[in-house]
Amino acid sequence: MVTMNNNINSKEENIIEINNVSFKYSEDEKLALKNIDLNVRKGEFVSILGHNGSGKSTLAKLINSILLPTEGDIFVKKMNTKEEDKLWKIRSTAGMVFQNPDNQLVGTVVEEDVAFGPENQGIESGLIRKIVDESLKTVDMFEFRKRPPHLLSGGQKQRIAIAGVLALNSECIILDEPTAMLDPSGREEVMDTIKKLNQEQNKTILLITHFMNEAVEADRVIVMDEGEIKLQGTPKEVFSKVDIIKEFGLDVPQVTELAQELKKSGFNISEDIIYTEELVNELCQ
Amino acid sequence: MSIKTVNLIFKYSEGTQFETRALDDINIEIKKGDFVGIIGHTGSGKSTLIQHFNGLMKPDKGDIIIEGKSLKAKSTKLKLIRQIVGLVFQYPEYQLFEETVYKDVAYGPINLGLKDNEVEERVKYAIELVGFDYKEVKDKSPFDLSGGQKRRIAIAGVLAMKPQYLILDEPTAGLDPAGRNEILSQVEKLHRKSGITVILVSHSMEDIARLVKHIFVLNKGKLYMEGTPKEIYSQSEELKKIGLGVPQVVEIMKELKKKGFNINTDIFNIQDARDEIIRVLGSNLNV
Repeated sequence: MVTMNNNINSKEENIIEINNVSFKYSEDEKLALKNIDLNVRKGEFVSILGHNGSGKSTLAKLINSILLPTEGDIFVKKMNTKEEDKLWKIRSTAGMVFQNPDNQLVGTVVEEDVAFGPENQGIESGLIRKIVDESLKTVDMFEFRKRPPHLLSGGQKQRIAIAGVLALNSECIILDEPTAMLDPSGREEVMDTIKKLNQEQNKTILLITHFMNEAVEADRVIVMDEGEIKLQGTPKEVFSKVDIIKEFGLDVPQVTELAQELKKSGFNISEDIIYTEELVNELCQ
Repeated sequence: MSIKTVNLIFKYSEGTQFETRALDDINIEIKKGDFVGIIGHTGSGKSTLIQHFNGLMKPDKGDIIIEGKSLKAKSTKLKLIRQIVGLVFQYPEYQLFEETVYKDVAYGPINLGLKDNEVEERVKYAIELVGFDYKEVKDKSPFDLSGGQKRRIAIAGVLAMKPQYLILDEPTAGLDPAGRNEILSQVEKLHRKSGITVILVSHSMEDIARLVKHIFVLNKGKLYMEGTPKEIYSQSEELKKIGLGVPQVVEIMKELKKKGFNINTDIFNIQDARDEIIRVLGSNLNV
């Protein structure tokens, strides 16, 4: 394993602690996850990359206590995901948003959908009203509160799903390829919402994605392959390893690849370029 | 020969307050043997348009002419049209249902009433066309394959009908980079080898720029622009206005041009971008 950013056990509180976790779906199958050690600090934005079948979604489901570790332990805010009586507390602390916007909205009207979580927590109705309005305002969907979800765009639906998680007052939001089915502007809406929640409300973000230009927005990028964490570090540290990333069946942003091609051709530029402006500025020097 | 739309209009929820023109006076022509792309943000009318291409949807006004046959004419047999134009929906792997790959791909040809040996010939042809070893895969359950492989089998099911036009609606949605490359390189090879006309609907500007020869841009049910990738991606401001982007390399080249370099901006891949930057800025090389 190539680990470049090892200061993950800093003084700040870890909201998620994964200790030597392995997992297999059934007895006779091979391990879907192997000896995973991972801590996520409160307020951190982590993105997880890996090709299909690398174990990303399995990891997300383990954190959310949808699956339980075959070996090892996972703690969400010090609660072990194996403790059945903590199940709902764990799921409201680490809320999940899935890939398909049409599979996770249950209400016939937007605000009903967002109210679903708090209603089930037995919160009194006046407070629910307040929670729902605030959650919808945070994702910029307040004006759509009376609309039926099926008349919204994909990006809008995903923001409603995020509002549903916010209404549970989740400190951590796990998003499993939330933009896979969206068009470019829908993707941008969802990414802007995620960044805002992380920066303004200090929400911890775990973003599973296949889009490299989304992963570059994170504080830390984790690359998974064959059920193991193979590489982690800042986006710059990870994406500068173009050859290794490609070995894992992934891509790097076009700009990173171009920068490295230019470097090979003799240009004196950094090899950890991940933004367009960086490359343009370095070329102009 | 071609697929041609003539003043095509299609309305949703006609007569209600939600009435919208999903397609508003579309006039386009896709010539046989071409590789074209259709782009536009969600709700722009892309999927509605391609469902008109094989008669799944019928226009409220206007007409579609497929290989010289008007879809309006009573004499036009839809069954025949659907053999000429094969449509692969989004997430086609959800439509796999048989216990073996062979049976799934054979479903269409069997329904055409072909003889057993003809069916087998077609299934073999289609499975090989999407890059599989026929013998190795034919008896497998389609559900034991990876996401990208399942999707290729679903595409083979359409190819077994031997269509002259292949429409792919977002064929790479939800796949990882390796799966995306797998599908697209097979489609490219297919077009090159068999000469089949390909109509690709995609949100990926990088893929569209790399693969197609002609692009149709839809916005709010109207044809917003059409042209070669070079012509379309030179209008990055226009594209941004309607919620679309340009490939990242195009942006880099444009930024360099803004900085005063006399650089060519109609470049869509990394190798060409590198060569062009070397050509213009090469004198600064610290070799």
